[in-house]
Amino acid sequence: MNSRNNGNTAGQSTAERMQRKLRRRYAAERRFKLYGLVSILLALMFMLFLFIGIFGKGYTAFQQTQIRLTVDLASVEFPASVEDIDGFYAVDYAGLIKNALYALFPEASSRRDRRALYQLISPGAVYVLRDRIMASPEMIGKAADVWLPANDDVDMFVKGNFNTGETSTGRLDDQQAAWIRVLRENGRLEKHFNTTFFTASDSREPELAGIRGALVGSFFTLLVTLLLSFPIGVGAAIYLEEFAPRNRWTDLIEVNVNNLAAVPSIVFGLLGLAVFINFFGVPRSAPVAGGFVLTLMTLPTIIISSRAVIKAVPPSIREAALGVGASKVQMVFHHVVPQALPGMLTGTIIGMGQALGETAPLLMIGMVAFIVDIPGSILDPATVLPVQIFLWADSPERAFMERTAAAIMVLLAFLVVMNATAVYLRKRYEKKW
Amino acid sequence: MDANRLLILVCLLACGAYLLGRQRAYSISGGAIRKLRSLPGHYGFYSLILTAVPALFLLFAWSMLSHTVIDRMVLANLPADMLDRPAAELELLLNDVKNSLQGVGSSNSNTALIGSLAARYTELARRAGLLQWILTISLCTAGMAWAWKHIRIDYPAQHRVERMVVYALIGCSLLAILTTLGIVLSVLFESLRFFHEIPITDFLFGLEWSPQTAIRSDQVGASGSFGAIPLFTGTLLISAIAMLVAFPVGLMSSIYLAEYADRRARAVLKPALEILAGIPTVVYGFFAALFVAPMLRGLGEAVGLGVASESALAAGLVMGVMIVPFVSSISDDVITAVPNAMREGSYGLGATKSETIRKVVIPAALPGIVGGVLLAVSRAIGETMIVVMAAGLAANLTANPLEAVTTVTVQIVTLLVGDQEFDSAKTLAAFALGLVLFVITLVLNVIALHVVRRYREQYE
Repeated sequence: MNSRNNGNTAGQSTAERMQRKLRRRYAAERRFKLYGLVSILLALMFMLFLFIGIFGKGYTAFQQTQIRLTVDLASVEFPASVEDIDGFYAVDYAGLIKNALYALFPEASSRRDRRALYQLISPGAVYVLRDRIMASPEMIGKAADVWLPANDDVDMFVKGNFNTGETSTGRLDDQQAAWIRVLRENGRLEKHFNTTFFTASDSREPELAGIRGALVGSFFTLLVTLLLSFPIGVGAAIYLEEFAPRNRWTDLIEVNVNNLAAVPSIVFGLLGLAVFINFFGVPRSAPVAGGFVLTLMTLPTIIISSRAVIKAVPPSIREAALGVGASKVQMVFHHVVPQALPGMLTGTIIGMGQALGETAPLLMIGMVAFIVDIPGSILDPATVLPVQIFLWADSPERAFMERTAAAIMVLLAFLVVMNATAVYLRKRYEKKW
Repeated sequence: MDANRLLILVCLLACGAYLLGRQRAYSISGGAIRKLRSLPGHYGFYSLILTAVPALFLLFAWSMLSHTVIDRMVLANLPADMLDRPAAELELLLNDVKNSLQGVGSSNSNTALIGSLAARYTELARRAGLLQWILTISLCTAGMAWAWKHIRIDYPAQHRVERMVVYALIGCSLLAILTTLGIVLSVLFESLRFFHEIPITDFLFGLEWSPQTAIRSDQVGASGSFGAIPLFTGTLLISAIAMLVAFPVGLMSSIYLAEYADRRARAVLKPALEILAGIPTVVYGFFAALFVAPMLRGLGEAVGLGVASESALAAGLVMGVMIVPFVSSISDDVITAVPNAMREGSYGLGATKSETIRKVVIPAALPGIVGGVLLAVSRAIGETMIVVMAAGLAANLTANPLEAVTTVTVQIVTLLVGDQEFDSAKTLAAFALGLVLFVITLVLNVIALHVVRRYREQYE
């Protein structure tokens, strides 16, 4: 009786225990699945956070505060013809701007006040004014309204806490803040689209700095990279897939290619510095040196992806070509390569995308120099977009921070376009054999 | 400039040679192409290759070497007493000569000497240019003539051309070996020069890193000690933090994608994760320095912890996120490669999905996952921009993630950016660090690739 009872309760409890254990197991199952989902969401949230953070910081850089001044161009002598560049360069534009400012605020009469007033305008405004007048000489002799870039502190002030009623911003005093308010009320201070950002090169003054030089540098560097790495990479892939005998030698090449794909990029920079610049005397800071280094870096990517697409071409195509009497070279170049070309291009574009974002090895070969001129050839000193981002990120001015973020947005836009092209090519020409 | 025009001329000549060779083959066959041993185009390519390839090689070698040779010849002309001066001084003199040629003011006061050397330099450069033109053009013509002579009805042009194509392809694939060789030699060579000055044991086991070498002997704060241990520990600390983030997140993401997600979710989530791998590292660095580091600092202040503004934690966290897609894509590959029969066997015994994954799939996929993790570690060790921008320069020997540490890559960048004399221990130290970095990542990669390969073979 007792024992049966015991058995009974034990039986019940076994079932219950099983039930409980099953519930626990199912709960563990759900938890496990949740961990997986959570980790993906964590990574994606981080990415979202990154994009929002950078876009939120950067979008303001696409606008630049400008101040409209009425410059009295009748008050100074201008050379008779625009051809006389030296004559135009000799005109006292700073004086013109100062007088226009003093006319707006006659109450600022002390030397200190006048200097504070002139600080509202960018130090580069004189060049902007000069170029504007040289572009349209018919302005000369009249009083003309000109939009000139404001100083970066003014720009930050206008973009930042203008509406909060806060007066002092650290770098501008109360008096300057009051002037800015007056200018804005009179319609003389507005935010315009920041064309300078896209047409100018690097500068010490944030309001005059742009990414044009870096973009051109990136273009030249990638051009060299593409011209070298595509033929060499595809050639190596063709050899390894179609011609190479299976022996230790080709094994060695294969191991090498796979290893190079995982060598840290900075080591390629050391190679470039020691071999290309110091040994072969390739010019420092030039896109050609950068292109060489990036070629070596992107080659493994191109070789590996090209080999995969060549491998995917079915053997029947090869056999058919050989069967009608083509030589091996003819078979490869007339039949296999055309079939594999879209895939090879996809791999190349992806490799170019990596090269476009690469920074570290280019620091080693001197592409970090402060370069104001826009490079005109692959031998001119240049910098590239990611290095420009790195340089600006180091600058203490707050205005450079938003420009860094804006430059990142441009870089990401280029990468999105390149990768979208690669995806499109893959989708459009993908063949299922 | 002149060389560029010559290059264009060689290309034009090569095109001409192609047309000429093809025409020659036509005319030899007398209209009956079938009599030719190869197609007319092959004869064209044959004469193109003979015309262009030797000339291009000459052009290339000449541009590489001519500057050095001219420099030597200019210096060889110096008065005997000047030749005994140290090499660095002669180098300086040459720079002055080149500057004066470009119209830049030179620092050298001896304008008469500079002027005469500059005149000699221009004269030599002019002659060298002329010689280059003559040699290149005659090489082109010789090639063309050779081809013209050899084009006969029974000449196996196709065979020759195709053999040269294959040689060119072999050359392309040899570049991979040459690159590795170049890396090893350049890094090793400079490192040996460094170990000549600083004993290798001091470098590998020294506890203090302050690479400022004194210019004067009485200078303060320029001890010039090259103990790399603080750099190694800093690198390890940041990589460990990165892996602590990347391993669980990456592995769990890949498990979810491979085992749980339906086809539609997978098609969206997998590329989305891979976007993380496509973001340039400089962007991560900016983000770490501008957003993550201040945020951690604020959090630390809130709980009463002092967090350095360039803490190892910030750099490591962001690097971890960057590495997530590497871990997840490799794990995804190896998990999907585990045969379904194993899963089904486990389900048949009554295991739940998560039990199957933990007890059957993961152990089966373990070698591949380990390989992937090793690859990820090697990437973390070699990562540069994030640590340059978000980790500090202070070589602290610490295991506290809230403090600033520095890494091998950061030091390579700071040692080599700006400073350019190639014989100081400071510059050479960068190459020694590069050697360590290369060897460690190479070992990790070789092991990882080997493990992954073995694993693939196991289930094929």
